[in-house]
Amino acid sequence: MIYRENGQFKTSYAADQQIFPIAQDRWAVLAIVAFAFVGIPFLVDEYLFRAILIPFLILALAALGVNLLVGYCGQITLGAGAFMAVGAYAAYNFLIRIDGMPMLAAILLGGFVAAVVGIVFGIPSLRVRGLYLAMATLAAQFFWDWAFLRISWFTNNAPSGSVSVSNLELLGWSIDAPIEKYLFCLGLLALFALLAKNMTRSAMGRQWMAIRDMDVAAEVIGIRPMFAKLSAFAVSSFYLGVAGALWGFVHLGSWEPAAFSIDRSFQLLFMVIIGGMGSIMGSFFGAAFIVVLPIFLNQFLPWLGGLVGLHISTAGVSHAEFMIFGALIVFFLIVEPHGIARLWSTGKEKLRLWPFPH
Amino acid sequence: MAFFLETLIGGLMAGMLYSLVALGFVLIYKASGVFNFAQGALVLFAALAMARFSEWLPGWTGIDSPILANIGAFVLAGLVMFAVAWIIERLVLRHLVNQEGATLLMVTLGIAYLLEGIGQGFFGNDIYKIDVGMPKEPVMVLENMFEGGILINKEDFIAALIAALLVGALTLFFQKTATGRALRAVADDHQAAQSIGIPLNRIWVIIWLVAGLVALVAGIIWGSKLGVQFSLATVALRALPVVILGGLTSVPGAIVGGLIIGVGEKLSEVYLGPYVGGGIEIWFAYMLALVFLLFRPQGLFGEKIIDRV
Amino acid sequence: MREIGDVILDLRGISLSFGGVKALTDISFDVREHEVRAIIGPNGAGKSSMLNVINGVYRPQQGEVILRGDHFKRMDPYRAAKAGIARTFQSLALFKGMSVIDNIMTGRNLKMKANLFQQAVWWGMAAREELAHRAKVEEIIDFLEIQHIRKTPVGRLPYGLQKRVDLGRALAMEPQILLLDEPMAGMNVEEKQDMSRFILDVNDQFGTTIVLIEHDMGVVMDLSDRVVVLDYGRKIGDGSPDEVRTNPEVIKAYLGASH
Repeated sequence: MIYRENGQFKTSYAADQQIFPIAQDRWAVLAIVAFAFVGIPFLVDEYLFRAILIPFLILALAALGVNLLVGYCGQITLGAGAFMAVGAYAAYNFLIRIDGMPMLAAILLGGFVAAVVGIVFGIPSLRVRGLYLAMATLAAQFFWDWAFLRISWFTNNAPSGSVSVSNLELLGWSIDAPIEKYLFCLGLLALFALLAKNMTRSAMGRQWMAIRDMDVAAEVIGIRPMFAKLSAFAVSSFYLGVAGALWGFVHLGSWEPAAFSIDRSFQLLFMVIIGGMGSIMGSFFGAAFIVVLPIFLNQFLPWLGGLVGLHISTAGVSHAEFMIFGALIVFFLIVEPHGIARLWSTGKEKLRLWPFPH
Repeated sequence: MAFFLETLIGGLMAGMLYSLVALGFVLIYKASGVFNFAQGALVLFAALAMARFSEWLPGWTGIDSPILANIGAFVLAGLVMFAVAWIIERLVLRHLVNQEGATLLMVTLGIAYLLEGIGQGFFGNDIYKIDVGMPKEPVMVLENMFEGGILINKEDFIAALIAALLVGALTLFFQKTATGRALRAVADDHQAAQSIGIPLNRIWVIIWLVAGLVALVAGIIWGSKLGVQFSLATVALRALPVVILGGLTSVPGAIVGGLIIGVGEKLSEVYLGPYVGGGIEIWFAYMLALVFLLFRPQGLFGEKIIDRV
Repeated sequence: MREIGDVILDLRGISLSFGGVKALTDISFDVREHEVRAIIGPNGAGKSSMLNVINGVYRPQQGEVILRGDHFKRMDPYRAAKAGIARTFQSLALFKGMSVIDNIMTGRNLKMKANLFQQAVWWGMAAREELAHRAKVEEIIDFLEIQHIRKTPVGRLPYGLQKRVDLGRALAMEPQILLLDEPMAGMNVEEKQDMSRFILDVNDQFGTTIVLIEHDMGVVMDLSDRVVVLDYGRKIGDGSPDEVRTNPEVIKAYLGASH
């Protein structure tokens, strides 16, 4: 009887169009965001920032990007990592080649470059779909893997092929300690998540979903597939590009192309499948799940093995990780294609009726 | 000229192997509309089984002869692939009838991860040898036509021969046997096939088994050349442009596509590579397939896709 | 009250084939403003293909579409939508992952002008548009009597209601010409009556010109002003319901076909 919308009558369409029309949801989300900004910095140690929270924030941003394209617009991508790479290397080049380029501007410009590249590699989506499109995105992946490895201009002729960024600064605020990095990423993520939510609940989002659900009908009501698909590619790649730049600048500090390999692309796709396709919230669930699971398994499996007298090696843990990811992907696609997000909302639906069964 | 021919032949040999993997793609796609991203994982899994069984068998049974051990391992690995096919049909495919292509593709990504995890967890994750006694030494041919002749790897030659035999056998299987005809009927129309009493589920097990056996052969050839290791799973990614080029539904397409990509990769690497820093094999194949795709979405031999409203 | 006006849509010599299979052969007919024009014919006569030619989903090999005096060799769906042609589909073609409101809102898409950045920040024109169009969509929802399901994902709705949402989405475009592809297929008597009423109301209140494909002869004869009859991709009759009913060729086609 706690979680109820009884008595919350909406007197205007504006009230009905809010992101969280139910008051309890609104307060809960505000509380979580406030806690993330104000509470967590006091409660968490450095290891947790580095190993879990910062990767989670950045990958959640990337997963958001993938979700806009795959979950909302229905265009499959197996090359998300490549667009992260484009964002990272573009931002790097803006930063080192242009004197006095502010860090945040470099990161955003990296996102724009990724968006342009995303449009180029999205062009095949106008002719082909499904499997064939997957192929086009793989082409992007392999091409950029190669380009950042072999074309030394991109890496500013770094002899080792690895590039690095230091002394991050935002309007005089030096982003150095893990806690500062965390707040910086959190701020960007909160902003971009809000923008993503707004896009998906307005005309643009409806166009994407229309193309996803029934492209012929969409065309007939005057949606141009080219515009809808390419805009999804552009926005998605922008998010990926910004996430890539953050991954390089803030999380890794110095990186090689392998940081954005095809494994990263698969990982991002898995986040979206497990978290929930077509759900902003799902992107967060998916990212959290995939960041935390390996760490959890690393601790938990050897302990579990110890209980029954088995020694479980690091390799064993990584195999278990493969199996669990694989099994979950299959499970979610068969049983709940809308992922954890749907499980969550089903749970809320139940809570709304509780304690009555109907 | 001799050098060009050598490159060309090297490309054809590599292409034959791509064709084998591509064949696995095409078989499964034809029969179930599933674009099987797990084909590479199947190759890895089969090769791991083969390598480890041939290593373990002498210890288990006391058989010393490497030939017998290899034959035994081949049979065991075949049985394992049958089990894999059966389990995949039971647990996955039958729950996904009539789903969209993109969903099925993502499911096979999940299957790939599962197979890679289980395969390595069970059989180990080192580099293993498969030695089925293929001769390694190169031979010279056409010495009287070109100065110095053309260098050909005997192993490659035999591999290509095996691949060609396999393709021939599969074609016969499709054209001449009752199961083969049923498979073709299923490929044309699931519902119609079901309505005349073709058991879809059994057909799917068979087709995944056949794809598994093709993977086994590909795994043995590849494994005896380069050793069995995790990177085998990535051959699927190299064979992908082949199917796109050849057409998803065409067996001859897989063969011709494989040869074109094999040759294209080698020639581009040798003649174009030096100018751009090398390593262009992988994406070159993709770009080739992509450009092709824009002009002929159904591939060289695939059936034309017509959208009806 | 409506009054039938001049020719608004004129189809001349349309021929369409798919890889050698002829779907339509040299078909000409016109549609007058504000009228209800029916296309009938046995299964496979080419009726849906005809609609698909009108709004540019299919491109005919020969012939032209003349819309308010503008000649189109090849119409395309976007231009057709801009010119005020809306349609519903025979097999359901709703956006099944979206709610009823969102489906109908999508029909307002061409009337929304805010750009992506305004939408992303939900500010100014974007927010105002969402509100204004939501009000318009609610009018349609009221008109079609589907208030109770407005938040339901359309995939979960029964067939008859989905057909209504499909009509709602088309109406949201405020079309001048509305193409209806078997709007009553698979409905029970009561649902058919509702749908007939909606169609007549649309025609009456908004003056929308309607081109209708329907199998139920009773419905066709009651609703339409003029009827075109197709058989095997050819036109075999054209005229008022009474004329068509007594046309010997039409009778032959219908008796010959197994119905």
